Amino acid sequence: MKAEQQYIDLFTQYEDLIRSHSSGILNRPRTEAFNDFERLGFPSVEHEDYKYTDVAQAFAPDYGINLKRIDIPVNPYDVFCCDVPNLSTALYFIVNDSFYDKAEPHVKLPEGVYAGGLKAFTEAYPEVAGRYYGKAAACSHDGIIALNTMLIQDGFVIYVPEGVVVERPIQLVNIFRSDVDTMANRRILVIMGARSQAKLLVCDHSMDDVKFLSTQVVEIFAGQESRFDFYDLEESSESTTRFASFHVKQEASSNVLVNGITLNNGLTRNNYYIELNGEYAESTLCGMSILDMEQQVDTYSHIIHAVPNCTSNELFKNVLNDRSVGAFSGRILVKEGAQKTTAYQTNRNLLATREARMYSKPQLEIYADDVKCSHGMTTGQLDEDALFYLQSRGIPKEEARMMLSVAFTADVVDNVRLERLKERLHNLVEKRFRGELAQCAGCRGCK
Amino acid sequence: MVLEIKNLHANINGKEILKGINLSINKGEIHAIMGPNGSGKSTLSSVLVGNPAFEVTEGEVIYEGKDLLELSPEDRSREGIFLSFQYPVEIPGVSMVNFMRAAVNEHRKYKNLEPISATDFLKLMREKRDIVEMDSKLAGRSVNEGFSGGEKKRNEIFQMAMLEPKLAILDETDSGLDIDALRVVANGVNTLRTPENATIVITHYQRLLDYIKPDVVHVLYNGRIVKTGGPELSLELEEKGYDWLKEEV
Repeated sequence: MKAEQQYIDLFTQYEDLIRSHSSGILNRPRTEAFNDFERLGFPSVEHEDYKYTDVAQAFAPDYGINLKRIDIPVNPYDVFCCDVPNLSTALYFIVNDSFYDKAEPHVKLPEGVYAGGLKAFTEAYPEVAGRYYGKAAACSHDGIIALNTMLIQDGFVIYVPEGVVVERPIQLVNIFRSDVDTMANRRILVIMGARSQAKLLVCDHSMDDVKFLSTQVVEIFAGQESRFDFYDLEESSESTTRFASFHVKQEASSNVLVNGITLNNGLTRNNYYIELNGEYAESTLCGMSILDMEQQVDTYSHIIHAVPNCTSNELFKNVLNDRSVGAFSGRILVKEGAQKTTAYQTNRNLLATREARMYSKPQLEIYADDVKCSHGMTTGQLDEDALFYLQSRGIPKEEARMMLSVAFTADVVDNVRLERLKERLHNLVEKRFRGELAQCAGCRGCK
Repeated sequence: MVLEIKNLHANINGKEILKGINLSINKGEIHAIMGPNGSGKSTLSSVLVGNPAFEVTEGEVIYEGKDLLELSPEDRSREGIFLSFQYPVEIPGVSMVNFMRAAVNEHRKYKNLEPISATDFLKLMREKRDIVEMDSKLAGRSVNEGFSGGEKKRNEIFQMAMLEPKLAILDETDSGLDIDALRVVANGVNTLRTPENATIVITHYQRLLDYIKPDVVHVLYNGRIVKTGGPELSLELEEKGYDWLKEEV
């Protein structure tokens, strides 16, 4: 049986149930998404962009999906200890695929700002939601997005109206909690009005040792002169698989930062699609992973410079241990007429063992003649001279290795524009290298 | 005796560079090792600090009564050996402060001492920085990253001041230094000198020895020490070059 069949059957059988638990806006693209999924299926490893990740294999096992919307038994506010404390964020939870709405953060966001469940949002603001939901993440040529759109029942939304500045960082914690193998389809929608500002930190955790699978579709609409930071911290488990796609549409003079950090995972595929559609828009896309054992992170990015005078800065780093596998595919498209484009791309990888594998492919397509574009890729080992220099000052070799590994990824963390989060991340990265983060700290705090 | 080298032979990539070095250094002494390019000066310093690129094939090195060659590079440092590198490495992402704190605490741990407190550490940094007149901004930067040649050498002596070695080896510390920086660096070395420690100054030229006065001068040529004398030997070399020695050998 093809991996797709069980999802086709599931939808056919339970479509009414899914629809009944959902909202009009979320239901609207469902049938088309189903048709797209049936037509496209999962991307095959023969597809150039999916060479290193066998999607069908990941979706083949039988995962439970919470179609009946069974209530979340625990209050995550009570049991969950965040790994990034003292940030005083406005904190929200998604447990598996459901937004936790039985309690709210104790902080108030500015007037007019909506942070909360997607389903409730689409009901309260159908007009706004209808204008944006599904408009950046097209189902028509991506089977995983189609699957997500056809099964989605809830998600998380940030809506910041024109001119509103949200000082307090917003935090969303995605929790996997189940006694049986579970799949969750997750969705984040961010709508930033003109001249608005906000910062979102999303943390992925897996609290049980069963197998988890998630699809995560993130749509970010950045209006003119808006400023939005998206920090994505993955601290799941070796038995967690995630397929995430991030779709950013930027208008003129907007500034969006996306920083994806994987400290612990099983198999992760991150697709980043950035569209710079208005002049003088700026995009920073960066990320890093620290991998060991059989862990895998496959990063695909596609940045489109559609108009002149935009800037994109891309930086991805991977540290690979044991038999881990990393892949990076970075496509930058500078369209005809997109003059005065500045686009930089860097991918650097550290292989700590002979068995670790890294596949890297930069791909620049430039159809304008007055641009500044560059790309650089290196994959190698730690600098032996630097290692010896540290040792010669009394620092043991293992410690020196750790210091250099932390240093290697430091610039990715330095991109964080939230001082306390930056400090905390430096600290977490160091802990990870010391092997003190083998399990997510949040889980330990809960049990 | 601080250091005793007996019949030391060493290879790099199978090629023999040191061909039987004998050298003894006592507490409180400054020894200069001079010699033409390629004579093995830097190899000697590399071997003494345990650079894995070099292979010792014969001989022994006794440091403070211990078999030095048995010790790891980090233990040699903790035992009090310090090399001021000819070409200090740039290490982006590792700040000088973190680097020095880690080093100082490793030295302390080795002596069964508690880690240094934050305030004591900052005080120590300040104090030692003054010895080499190092800009306080440099301490906040990554190790040697973007430092000028002179700043790198100052930074080496600064680290030496922080770690207070019993045996300091200065490998071509004068190369790339202008006269002012040279004076500062030499002054740093002289300030750190005590009757309890010893220094090896490896240099090509007399210049540095005008500031750091050696007790003994050795000439290294073709992997061996071919001549040993007092401070006057360095002056003679300055005047006559190395050719007469080569002929003598």
